[in-house]
Amino acid sequence: MADKSYYDPKDLRKFGKITEWSEELGTKFFDYYGKVFEEGALSAREKSLIALAVSHVVKCPYCIDAYTKDGLQRGITKEEMMEAVHAGAAIESGATLVHGVQMMNKYDKLSM
Amino acid sequence: MQITSLKKQKKELADAKRQLEILSNGIFNNNELPTFATKIKAAGQFPLRPKKLEILQINLGYMCNQVCEHCHVDAGPDRKEIMTKETLQQCLEVIKNTPATTLDLTGGAPEMNPHFRWFVEEASKLGIKDFIVRSNLTIIRANKKYYDLPDFFKKYHIHVVSSMPHWTRGKTDQQRGKGVFDKSIKALHELNSVGYGKPGSPLKLDLVYNPSGAFLPGNQESMEKEFKNALMEDFGIQFHQLFAITNLPIARFLDYLIASDNYEEYMYSLVEAFNASTLQNVMCTNTLSVGWDGYLYDCDFNQMLKLKVASKLKHISEYNEEVVQNRNIIVSQHCYGCTAGAGSSCQGTVA
Repeated sequence: MADKSYYDPKDLRKFGKITEWSEELGTKFFDYYGKVFEEGALSAREKSLIALAVSHVVKCPYCIDAYTKDGLQRGITKEEMMEAVHAGAAIESGATLVHGVQMMNKYDKLSM
Repeated sequence: MQITSLKKQKKELADAKRQLEILSNGIFNNNELPTFATKIKAAGQFPLRPKKLEILQINLGYMCNQVCEHCHVDAGPDRKEIMTKETLQQCLEVIKNTPATTLDLTGGAPEMNPHFRWFVEEASKLGIKDFIVRSNLTIIRANKKYYDLPDFFKKYHIHVVSSMPHWTRGKTDQQRGKGVFDKSIKALHELNSVGYGKPGSPLKLDLVYNPSGAFLPGNQESMEKEFKNALMEDFGIQFHQLFAITNLPIARFLDYLIASDNYEEYMYSLVEAFNASTLQNVMCTNTLSVGWDGYLYDCDFNQMLKLKVASKLKHISEYNEEVVQNRNIIVSQHCYGCTAGAGSSCQGTVA
């Protein structure tokens, strides 16, 4: 069925191949990506949890697989992972709901 | 949790030949992934050869009070393979004459060998620099006859190396069995109370971390910090070093990988993480493994795969260091477990 689906888990292994069709941009991206996740003002562990939350928000199945595994490797607990996902989900639903103010403004403006 | 060994269950993967077949078929047979030999040839390191012998690791038997999900020995209470006093005596003769500086006792639970205490007493007279016992911790609380083990270890200046898959109860019990976490914590308290694991203490207490699933261990140093903080904050426990060890795809862990449909993905992770610089220090280059029946192996993993050393001398009774060290190390795809990332050995990372 894999060839009938837009997503194949095995494609994650081929991610590096994007460089083959545009070496300069691909290399710049992976250098940047690697640098972002190094220890810095934030720990690599904290960045892994941020990446996991964002993976859910952008609904990237490859990223969810990758950062769940990354979290396990770092000893991050499932409670910590789920809290990170909720943090992402809360921002995402908040972003929807805050538009409710726009709706209210418009409603009020149009109503007598 | 499994309650009997693969051997007792008469499972296909209890057979070492079958395990080696699986490790050579599929993705390694259709050129999807390179075999380990091909990979190290490309790194100019084939055949792998031993360097100076530093560690003699003796497996005192496959009997254990635990049946851990990931166990590469397929150890458990139902395993009857136990090193005899005669073979232990032969080991003592070798220890007397070898320049190896570390003696490493493992199992199963080495303490369950009926000659364990006699052997420790005799071996400790031979001036070994670092005398390790790999203790699973719960054995100390398994039966009254083992309650005095912390004092016994202290008396002979044993370096205790113990497994602890996580600092949380759930993760530990998931891998090692229900109740293991609480018993391990109690055993660690007892070791601490006789002086083990304290900062600056010569009574060395190190912990071994194996991932509890189909993933590789994280950075050893970061994990050590996390373990130290969590065990100190939650339980007031101290220890010296943490060794992060990769699970090798053999025996029960291989059975788990296949049953959970993680085998291919795991092998990809290992191959992708291959680090040629680990080849200088992989443990088969400085260690010799002695099986419960006295046969010699390149490592404990090759022992479980029944791959005896490629030397005309294969048994401890006929040991000659010069002859045994002049050999090629036997490799297969399980070896990728020792060369992934920062590498993995019974002493932790190697790169």
